[in-house]
Amino acid sequence: MPPLKLENKMTFRKQFARSNIPNSVDSFWILTFIAALALSLSLALPVVSSANAQSDNPQPPTDDDVNAVAKQLYCPVCENTPLDVCPTQACEEWRQLIYDKLALGWNEDQIKVYFVDQYGDRVLAEPPARGLNWLVYIIPPLVFLVGLFVVYRALQAWKKTPDTDQSRLPDNIESDEYIQRLEEDLKNL
Amino acid sequence: MIANIGYGILFITLLVSIYGVGAAYYGARKNDPRWIESARLSMLLTFPLITLSSLSLIYLLVTGRFEHQFVQSVTSSSMPIYLRVTALWGGQSGSLVFWSWLLAAFASSVTLRKWDRDREFLPWVIVVSLVTLAFFLILVVFFENPFTRFWQLPGGDIRAAMFQPQGSSLFLPRDGTGLNPLLRHPGMIIHPPMLYLGFVSFVVPFAFGIAALVTGRTDDRWIRITRRWSLVAWLFLSLGLLLGGRWAYDVLGWGGYWGWDPVEIAAFMPWLTGTAFLHSVMIQEKRGMLKRWNMVLIILTYSLVIFGTFLTRSGVLSSVHAFAQSAIGPLFFAYIGLTFTISLALLLSRWDELKAEGEMTSLLSREALFLLNNLLFMGILVVCFWGVIFPLISELVTGQKVTVGPPFYERATAPLFAGLLLLMGIAPLAAWRHSTFKTLGRTVWKPSLISLIVPVYAFIRGIHQPAALLGFWLAAFVAFVTLHEFWRGARARAKRSGENLFTALWRLAGRNRRRYGGYIIHLGVVLMAIGIIGIEIFQVETQGTLAQGEQITLENYTLTYNSLAVFDTDDGRNVARAVIGVEKSGDYVGDLHPRRDYYLDSQQPMTIPGVRSTWEEDLYVLLVDWQPVSTNSATFKVYKNPLVNWLWFGGLVFIFGTLVAAWPDRDPEPVPVRKKKSSYAAAEA
Repeated sequence: MPPLKLENKMTFRKQFARSNIPNSVDSFWILTFIAALALSLSLALPVVSSANAQSDNPQPPTDDDVNAVAKQLYCPVCENTPLDVCPTQACEEWRQLIYDKLALGWNEDQIKVYFVDQYGDRVLAEPPARGLNWLVYIIPPLVFLVGLFVVYRALQAWKKTPDTDQSRLPDNIESDEYIQRLEEDLKNL
Repeated sequence: MIANIGYGILFITLLVSIYGVGAAYYGARKNDPRWIESARLSMLLTFPLITLSSLSLIYLLVTGRFEHQFVQSVTSSSMPIYLRVTALWGGQSGSLVFWSWLLAAFASSVTLRKWDRDREFLPWVIVVSLVTLAFFLILVVFFENPFTRFWQLPGGDIRAAMFQPQGSSLFLPRDGTGLNPLLRHPGMIIHPPMLYLGFVSFVVPFAFGIAALVTGRTDDRWIRITRRWSLVAWLFLSLGLLLGGRWAYDVLGWGGYWGWDPVEIAAFMPWLTGTAFLHSVMIQEKRGMLKRWNMVLIILTYSLVIFGTFLTRSGVLSSVHAFAQSAIGPLFFAYIGLTFTISLALLLSRWDELKAEGEMTSLLSREALFLLNNLLFMGILVVCFWGVIFPLISELVTGQKVTVGPPFYERATAPLFAGLLLLMGIAPLAAWRHSTFKTLGRTVWKPSLISLIVPVYAFIRGIHQPAALLGFWLAAFVAFVTLHEFWRGARARAKRSGENLFTALWRLAGRNRRRYGGYIIHLGVVLMAIGIIGIEIFQVETQGTLAQGEQITLENYTLTYNSLAVFDTDDGRNVARAVIGVEKSGDYVGDLHPRRDYYLDSQQPMTIPGVRSTWEEDLYVLLVDWQPVSTNSATFKVYKNPLVNWLWFGGLVFIFGTLVAAWPDRDPEPVPVRKKKSSYAAAEA
């Protein structure tokens, strides 16, 4: 790929910097960008997985069928270990239980409900969104939005602060006069 | 005898540390250099003292003195010497001694630097370092003593105690239980020291930050002094995390490298704030801004370092990593609360003096983008912190424990990581102070367009997942921008000096190591991102029980179960090892040997995958189960992990970049003393 020409780039930057673009454009763009991020974060709510209708399937369940369910459940004994990879004897038996239920024609959701009834919410990979558990999903996006606001205010404050120390120059490539001259030119536009 | 010496020295070190804190504080208050010098020598003394104590413990471990509780719990007579030495950090109390040893080493080396120009910092650096050290020594001396011995009471009961209970006799177990086999892997032997080194070296920049707050010398001197310390701390922390990931991939037997386990997150959190700190100090150095924020970040990093140790060591979580549990939790909790509150109070007392000096005229300037970068890191931190502590809160409030697992973290952090990648590409193109949408757009559009080639190519090759396409585009964008920065700098230098392009690049990078080291780190991140996208989005797996000669298929791979042998080894293992023939797209490509090692001394199994590794993907086979007598049939789990080696290679590039950035200067550059009068200087005048 051909290198970008420095001289051309400099001229472009000069031209566009000269055109008086209102700062509101900046703010709009930057806020849109971060709001989009915040939105993505707030969408981090649990997704209800669709049920696997095993009952229509006359074949005996395979190991992969069992693992597909076990993957979404957590070992009630060894914390933070998914059931499909837990090596303990207890988990082996739980996997067998999943197999038996699948063979009886239960679907994924039914098996999950069964495990929750037996061992509590902790067997689920995420807490179900009800009661106190809502906090899990609400707090991070909320804090992020507060952070966003703080950053926005800080940026506004910066814009109003006079530069008391003009000696602080951006030293991108201090030792390289050519680049430094370029950066200087850009800065002094 | 040896145990008594080791313990006695630990106790003396604790006294020396407490004395050092007092002497430094008194010396600073009375402005008496003799007391400060005495405190400095105390801090210097802690290292040889704890070295002696650690050597005593290592001696006990190596010579197999199983009458000591710690030795009995982490070693056995069948373990080789090197494992007995590294067993020092294989258990709770030993690892706390090791933590203190490393901290003493770093603290002592700080005392040896030239202090001429920063004399006023010295007493407060000593206070902070020695308070931290004293805290850990208190834990070791009073709560988690590695030198306790077993005593047989007259009734026949066995008790572990430091000093002989009345009427009892020393009890000598025949053998130790041995180190947890999971900890015998080379990755796990090096992983804890790396993390600990990262943890303890972050104490140093924190100590200087606090010293700056106390003395009122709130210019960026403390940041310049600790720049390399922070980089070194970050290097070790990164290495620790990477090795931890590799270890998980090699021995935990779930085909992954990162499980969002609370203890992994415990080490990840200080890394997040540390990374934000490394970025934002540049803004303070160059532009005199973000002074308050940098203080907040270093305070947070220190607190998270202690919090991380608390999570792993207090047993507050029981997870795959939390091998040890003890009653030191409340102490940790109190210490974190106290140090955090005092640090924040100090920060607030200097709030007005830490006003920004610079200005910027645009919200798209590089400063603003750095601030956004910090916001994203903090966003990830909030997700991690909340995910780790919510189960504890839930247990406290409702009595019911919940699991906050990978799906939560992945959904919440993925957009933030994507945002960071985007910024990594844009920020180098943004000008300091002033940048507008159009000027920035002008520099950004070319690389963004050119990098579209990668997702388009991926699309044509059949990859249609939007997340993967976006990820590949971002990775290509950052790679392109970063490589172009190298090219731009090297070409300009070559033009000016007449050197050829490679010499120009070499010299340019050599003279701007932090900048170009940083870019190499960015390239490492890009490679790692490619690996992570590969394994996270495209991993496939299957499992099946096969009779000998039977086959299992996973996409274009066909695996044949040939045989299985079960045998004992000299080093105390019972090994079941299968031979699997692998065909790729119909061509035989070799055999794999997944196995299960059962450690007889500790009675724990370890699953070692058989892995066929290429740049394209890893074929990762686990022996899940087998028929014990006939070995006729066995169950295998097979993973195909696309692009995962890019993650490891990216990790190497990442570490190389950090080394470049942190490499000491041949001639240390003179640090300009800031013109602005600090309040300390004013007070002195």
